Amino acid sequence: MTEPTHLTLSQARDALKARTLSSTELTQAHIDAIDRAGALNCFITKTPELALDCAKESDARIARGAAGPLEGLPLGIKDLYCTKGVRTTAASRILDDFTPTYESTVSANLWRDGALMLGKLNLDEFAMGSSNETSAFGPVVSPWRRKGANGIDDAKIVPGGSSGGSSAAVAAHLCLGATATDTGGSIRQPAAFTGTVGVKPTYGRCSRWGVVAFASSLDQAGPITRTVRDAAIMLRSMAGHDPKDTTSVDAPVPDYEAAIGASVKGRRIGVPKEYRLEGLSPEIAALWDQGVAWLKDAGAEIVEISLPHTRHALPAYYIIAPAEASSNLARYDGVRYGLREKGRDITDMYEKTRAKGFGAEVRRRVMIGTYVLSAGYYDAYYVRAQKIRSLIKRDFDLAFAGGVDAVLTPATPSPAFALGEKGSSDPVEMYLNDVFTVTVNMAGLPGLALPAGLSGNGLPLALQLIGRPFEEETLFALAAALEQAAPKIKLPAAWWS
Amino acid sequence: MTEHAAPSKLIKGATGDWEVVIGMEIHAQVTSRAKLFSGASAEFGGEPNDHVSIVDAAMPGMLPVINEECVAQAVRTGLGLEAKINLRSVFDRKNYFYPDLPQGYQISQYKHPIVGEGEVIVDVSPTERIKVGVERLHLEQDAGKSLHELSATESHVDLNRSGVALMEIVSKPDMRSAEEARAYVSKLRTILRYIGSCDGNMEQGSLRADVNVSVRRPGEPLGTRCEIKNVNSIRFIGQAIEVEARRQIAILEDGGVIAQETRLFDPGKGETRSLRSKEEAHDYRYFPDPDLLPLEFDQAYVDALARELPELPDAKRARFIEQYGLPPYDAGVLVMERASADYFEDMIKDGANPKAAANWLINEYFGRLNKEGLTINTGPISAQANSSIVQMITSNEISGKIAKDLIEIVWSQPGDPREIVEARGMKQVTDTGEIEAAVDAVISANPDKVAQALAKPTMLGWFVGQVMKTTGGKANPQTVNELLKKKLGI
Repeated sequence: MTEPTHLTLSQARDALKARTLSSTELTQAHIDAIDRAGALNCFITKTPELALDCAKESDARIARGAAGPLEGLPLGIKDLYCTKGVRTTAASRILDDFTPTYESTVSANLWRDGALMLGKLNLDEFAMGSSNETSAFGPVVSPWRRKGANGIDDAKIVPGGSSGGSSAAVAAHLCLGATATDTGGSIRQPAAFTGTVGVKPTYGRCSRWGVVAFASSLDQAGPITRTVRDAAIMLRSMAGHDPKDTTSVDAPVPDYEAAIGASVKGRRIGVPKEYRLEGLSPEIAALWDQGVAWLKDAGAEIVEISLPHTRHALPAYYIIAPAEASSNLARYDGVRYGLREKGRDITDMYEKTRAKGFGAEVRRRVMIGTYVLSAGYYDAYYVRAQKIRSLIKRDFDLAFAGGVDAVLTPATPSPAFALGEKGSSDPVEMYLNDVFTVTVNMAGLPGLALPAGLSGNGLPLALQLIGRPFEEETLFALAAALEQAAPKIKLPAAWWS
Repeated sequence: MTEHAAPSKLIKGATGDWEVVIGMEIHAQVTSRAKLFSGASAEFGGEPNDHVSIVDAAMPGMLPVINEECVAQAVRTGLGLEAKINLRSVFDRKNYFYPDLPQGYQISQYKHPIVGEGEVIVDVSPTERIKVGVERLHLEQDAGKSLHELSATESHVDLNRSGVALMEIVSKPDMRSAEEARAYVSKLRTILRYIGSCDGNMEQGSLRADVNVSVRRPGEPLGTRCEIKNVNSIRFIGQAIEVEARRQIAILEDGGVIAQETRLFDPGKGETRSLRSKEEAHDYRYFPDPDLLPLEFDQAYVDALARELPELPDAKRARFIEQYGLPPYDAGVLVMERASADYFEDMIKDGANPKAAANWLINEYFGRLNKEGLTINTGPISAQANSSIVQMITSNEISGKIAKDLIEIVWSQPGDPREIVEARGMKQVTDTGEIEAAVDAVISANPDKVAQALAKPTMLGWFVGQVMKTTGGKANPQTVNELLKKKLGI
């Protein structure tokens, strides 16, 4: 029999249903794998007892025929989701040992459907970062290794960010799937870096209630899994209207899994010329061309489209996201929960608490956000950035109105890099990672990243599909076709255990 | 609207007359069961932090959801202020740090308020009405309360009020005296209470005023204003304006300039003092709250709320004048409280003469209630009982003097006034025979006084008094008068 951790989520589901495997066995196998993978630093908090208790209950439910769609499947939860009774940190010192008395809607939806939690996954502090190096709990290390001049070198590779714990844990088979969040690319970029599948759903598809906010108008929850089918299965449980989140949309959740294997014949795929950036690596350009060819082979029609405001997206994003973040993070003030540093007076307490509690990247973004919202700068920065945002959305609206069903682009401008290799002297170098993904958040559209090949140095490369609002099914159908066509990329042997 | 104050309202300074210009921001707590964006109770009181949800405490990941009842209350109030209702408005975040502000921002409406321009007609005195323009009304969250007295070294925070819905009603700078300002707040409170959108209770902080005061020479442009924060009674509003205007005039007459600043009124010392200068003012970094969609509704929603609005004080006052022939002043007094107006109309329905009923309420009953610290709702006498008393006065069954005795009896031993009058023999004697006998008795017993009265007709009053005394006050004074005149031949 296959090692349980080597099953995909859908295979594990079927095995539990067929009673050839118990949830307890499946869960224990993952707990063991996690215990062996300390070197990857994927988990901030492990919850093995909780997981085994839940597994036992799942086995009982399966036995009496009362199984939910995700019954007994062990998952990892990004530590940005509040979990009742389990410490939630956002990978920041400022939350200290904050333990919520409530469960986020999305994780509650997963538990409703029978899934169970293995623990809380590492991330960039408050989801701000593209390499998982800003976590107060140390960086996550990717299970991937790159080829150097003398064969595989032992440089530690970043898993992407901010959902680096999610992507690395899924890639290393420490969980069947993981929740993640995406504000500017935080699901798709880590998925791309680790050879996993990441879906950022349409803004409003998943509830934001109970997920620590970074930039409210851009944040969206989604899954990271090892296959397109697994992502479809997870998203169906995560999505849905929530009256507690005014921005969540009251629309029925389709059976996304049913879209896997659907024909893509006649689908019109837009290829935006503006994404062919000057200096785009030939490797990425070739991958993109290959993706186009695969879809063409599957019967899709390829059209060149124009998204003329693309180049303004990244600067506008780095105004809007910090602006919202500066306000969203004001509640971490040492008054009611989390870290409190003693001060001479209230202002001194605020300053000392926030200086100690927030890391450098968070402090930088809070300061940028405060600056762009301040009197005299608001119109020049925030208002203009919002105008650009409208134009970016309009670009996509026009493309879709022109009959395009989805857009195909590279997911990232480069493969993963080594820890400490980027952004230490110039943060913008790190921000450039999001160049292909931020437009999707700015326009509120669904986006999916999936592995499509390996780079010259042996690291995963990924394509991105962008869809019409609330047409995630189209993305799953197209992604499944690409997955079918693309070569299977193989993770190096488990060097970490 | 009077652009400039009447000369009588000007303040005399050492170097001439000054005009005071006043505008106000009223914070009115919305009457609703729950807070503006959370399901927690909006009730006053309770132990500290009893009425706090995880949304109010700004726990990580919490999101606001608008309470539709608060929206309806704001729209009703806007309609009551004859104001423009904006079918689309936007909630903004006003960012600042304070321990009693858990989110680190207040959700308010900055550029696009739910209600636009309107106006309030204000009765300054029985003979003077002014119009005060309303600039806007917007919805916002109240803050919590910092408690400093529980410990010598630490402060505590009570979040019961955190997130409670407030309506901020901003007036135009249309008031020209403390008296006008007091009358404006009083009228606004009346309107809010009629609509039921705010209980207007200033002691509990349900209604608070920020008062903007500036002074200028008549005819000159507006002077620099100071804002007096959080004044919590109508009397203090008047006092604060008086002392602040005097302070500014003294500075200007000394050749100084007014610094734009926020000030506090200290009722104990009778002075205002600086809280913070313009330079120290916060940069609130307003921006649209991304957690909330713009607030949108259609005209049909507004129309439905308008249809359900009660008759408002101005309309009621006009109707009382028209329908019951009341003097405008009396009508104005009666409509000040909806309960009083309803009480008055209950008396009419019961058969009381409107003018007599108004007269009786304003001159007798309201005074009696005031003396005991009671209101029309908590007073012991029903509208029907007061109506009976008024009807007996009108029909000459009892005299005005007896009526005053009667109300004292009914006040302490509630009962049917007609039965009491009957049982205690308080009816006015209109039987001429009985009165005539009393008159005859007084005349025959006082021949010397009769002689005096013939020489000096004002002596008649003495005779009336004597007759009233012998009849126990029940004789109809007019009949007594007429009979005496006839019998004495004067």
